[in-house]
Amino acid sequence: MENLPLLVPLVIFVPALGAIINFFFGARLGEKWSGYIGCFASILAFIVSLFLLSWVTGTGGSAAVVNPPFFDGWLRIESIGLEITWQMRVDSLSVTMMLVVTGVGSLIHLYARGYMHGDKWYPRFFAYLNMFLAFMLVLVTANNFLMLFVGWEGVGLCSFLLIGFWWDKKAPEGWNNSNAARKAFVVNRIGDFGLLMAMFLIFWTFGTLDFVKAGELPNTEAKYLVNWREHNGLVEHEADAEHKEETETAGSDDHVDDGHGSKYKCVPADASAHDDDHGDDDHGKSNPLASDIRALYCDNHHFDTDLLGVFGQTTERFGKGEMVDFGGFQIAFEDVIFLIALFMLLGVTGKSAQIPLFIWLPDAMAGPTPVSALIHAATMVTAGVYLMVRSNVFLWELNHAGYVLGLIITLVGAGTALVAGFIALGQWDIKRVLAYSTISQLGFMVAAVGIGAHVAAMFHLVTHAVFKALLFLGSGSVIHGVEHGHHHAHDQGHGDHHDEHQDDDFDPQDMRNMGGLRKRMPITYLTYLVGTLGLAGIFPFAGFWSKDEILADAWFEGFELNETSGFIAFGVLLAAAAFTAFYMWRQVVLVFFDDARSEAAERAPESSGAMLLPLVVLAIFTCVIGLINVPKATPIIDGIYHPYEFKHFLEHSLVSVSRGHTLDFNLLIAGVALVLGIVSIVAAHRVYKGKGLASDKRDQLETSAPTRGLFKLANGRLYWDEFYSTIIERPFNRLADFLAIRVDWEFLHDYFHDRIIKRGFDTIGDLLSRPIDLGIVDGTVNGVGIFVQRAANWMRRSQTGYVRLYAVVLFVGVAVVIIFMLIPFIQALLQSGA
Amino acid sequence: MNPIGTEPYIVLSMVLFLMGALGVLMRRNAILLFMSVELMLNSANLALVAFAREWGQVNGHVFVFFVMTVAAAEVAIGLALIVNIFRERQSINIDELRQMQG
Repeated sequence: MENLPLLVPLVIFVPALGAIINFFFGARLGEKWSGYIGCFASILAFIVSLFLLSWVTGTGGSAAVVNPPFFDGWLRIESIGLEITWQMRVDSLSVTMMLVVTGVGSLIHLYARGYMHGDKWYPRFFAYLNMFLAFMLVLVTANNFLMLFVGWEGVGLCSFLLIGFWWDKKAPEGWNNSNAARKAFVVNRIGDFGLLMAMFLIFWTFGTLDFVKAGELPNTEAKYLVNWREHNGLVEHEADAEHKEETETAGSDDHVDDGHGSKYKCVPADASAHDDDHGDDDHGKSNPLASDIRALYCDNHHFDTDLLGVFGQTTERFGKGEMVDFGGFQIAFEDVIFLIALFMLLGVTGKSAQIPLFIWLPDAMAGPTPVSALIHAATMVTAGVYLMVRSNVFLWELNHAGYVLGLIITLVGAGTALVAGFIALGQWDIKRVLAYSTISQLGFMVAAVGIGAHVAAMFHLVTHAVFKALLFLGSGSVIHGVEHGHHHAHDQGHGDHHDEHQDDDFDPQDMRNMGGLRKRMPITYLTYLVGTLGLAGIFPFAGFWSKDEILADAWFEGFELNETSGFIAFGVLLAAAAFTAFYMWRQVVLVFFDDARSEAAERAPESSGAMLLPLVVLAIFTCVIGLINVPKATPIIDGIYHPYEFKHFLEHSLVSVSRGHTLDFNLLIAGVALVLGIVSIVAAHRVYKGKGLASDKRDQLETSAPTRGLFKLANGRLYWDEFYSTIIERPFNRLADFLAIRVDWEFLHDYFHDRIIKRGFDTIGDLLSRPIDLGIVDGTVNGVGIFVQRAANWMRRSQTGYVRLYAVVLFVGVAVVIIFMLIPFIQALLQSGA
Repeated sequence: MNPIGTEPYIVLSMVLFLMGALGVLMRRNAILLFMSVELMLNSANLALVAFAREWGQVNGHVFVFFVMTVAAAEVAIGLALIVNIFRERQSINIDELRQMQG
């Protein structure tokens, strides 16, 4: 049981392996096996996540930090004391995310086998999906901001690759899917800049990027550290054995031997009390590992803050009047945290598609529908919410110190919820409605974080992942059906449908081309209805519970604690919830009710079983998942079911549980929200049912005078993109033009380059070439040549060719030599003679 | 000990060498020129042998053998050259063989 956290690397490595296999061998494996591998990797990761869940619940909310094998100390810059080990964190929060990612992910993988059937890039799709899972799991299991960032960027990359999966197709607006992918990537970069800045500030202020360090785990009752190295016996120290004995004396029942002789240890913190005083001098210095383990024995307060991770240090150092030195100027510690949180919020607005950076998500619908369901609805876009919940210490401390961070986050979230909900009212593209709905629901979560209701935010994240995945997959089924209906209608046979639909102007995603699909696709219709009711917050579906909890927390925050953010959140989110119910019912009526408005919709077939099975499973979950966190004193089920299961599960990971911790079921709020939802649905029903579209395929709201302006505003997406285009893109382009034409071309190129540099160069070149090169260098070389030529010309006359002349010369030479040699003798002869 | 001393040999050798040298300088016929060269070689041989006898050493004799060997080889090559030149030009007048003048 205690060994289970050691499985956590599998959760990442299995999808990564699946991605690698599909990437390199997918084409050879063929569609069938490629799909099997993709699904198998995902399901295996889900099973491992279930084991981890059983560990966390079975040990009463423990947290574990696991070092994956082979990655020990993979990044170390000693000169600045940076040492990042890739530690994986298993606690209730990360396990919740793991379950959402792998659970919904597995169903979407299964669905994609049907949806992508016949696509020529089928293996590549599964490779990307598995790669996405791996990166998303890196993100949620990370124990430090850097690994979180690695995952954060990795899922951004996968998002980019999958939005542009059909890169050569045109979106209805007439631009290529690759443009949509690029837009998503670039907008996300702005957010990532914020997260990077937050990370730089964190490292500067805390000297570490770890959430928690080995010795320190959050405020849970039972604490565990699990170390792969130790488990594998990679570290064999004498001190280790010594240490082992000590563990046994400290609390022998806590030391677990798994029967294979390996030295796995897990050490509950309450065994620590009598060990933390004498341990220091004995063996701590000789064995760094031992001191790591020993850290577990100690209570946080016995530690110097250097041994704490970011969150522990925040708690310890906050409100002590500390200054952070930035080399030249100092900022109060609290202000730095505020800055970090604001930068982090910028990152969140990018990844989780909040105002002002939400504009990429609707365009991201260019990707295949399973991608929209997995990445752009259920998992990746919730990474921002996860990050804020993970960093809940910052918000908690700052709110206590009177900073307006909570209010800012609430404004961003609630504003996004309202704006996106409004825009969704006027969209025609079935997926685009859902995209704006996703943005709106993410706004709910962010606003919930803003009012301090972290549990409610996570609860809504989980339920939203389920029913929004359901809705997206349902819309995929509808699109698939309409596409096939279109082909049947035009007798184009059963070719590769993804390739053919761009031959004509028919848009299978346009709700104006649908209608009456209730009879054609009954299962899709029923599951879609469940998803819609879930999203609209109708009792007893998932959205009712989670949305109600956010509203109740906002109510409590506003009317009981008298916080501005609470009032704003309550009012705005209530309005957004009304919008939600309205646009969702409009969609249901336009797609499924009345008569078909196109030949394609008339002939649309129901999708295959591979696609319907995930829909049914998700629909069942939408019905029941709300039960994981029912409030206290709920009528009927109170007493037979534990209230606040999810909250009790999560509070092990959170410094602050939701402020509405003790809130009972509030009939008034639930009633108001429910009635508002039902009224919106009835209103939408009255507007659209039986009337279909007005003449000229216009919306009913568009034809009546009072709502025409509003509908146009929503249909034009509040002209948000145009606004950015005016205030950012156009001035940017003008500046770029100015720089390119005036500064670069005319000044630098024409004047500076052509005049000054070129002319100067020419002058110097002339000077160097004529007098110096031609005159001196060439003159010397040629002079030598000419001299040699002339000398040779003169000397060759001596070679007459008469052999006898040569012989004369030879004899004369010999005679001269002999005479020369005889000179000493002649001298001697003359002297002796004299 | 010897009825004839070394001097007459040396004188003969000098006369022979002078004859050879004059022949090389004056004759135009390649074969005669060649013969004159042989005469010079043999005059040198004679001097070497004479001195060897004078000093009672074998070095001079050995030298002579080498010179004779080289002369024989030289004659073989030289005559072959002359024959080929004659075939080529119908003449062995060495004054006409001056294509390689400077």
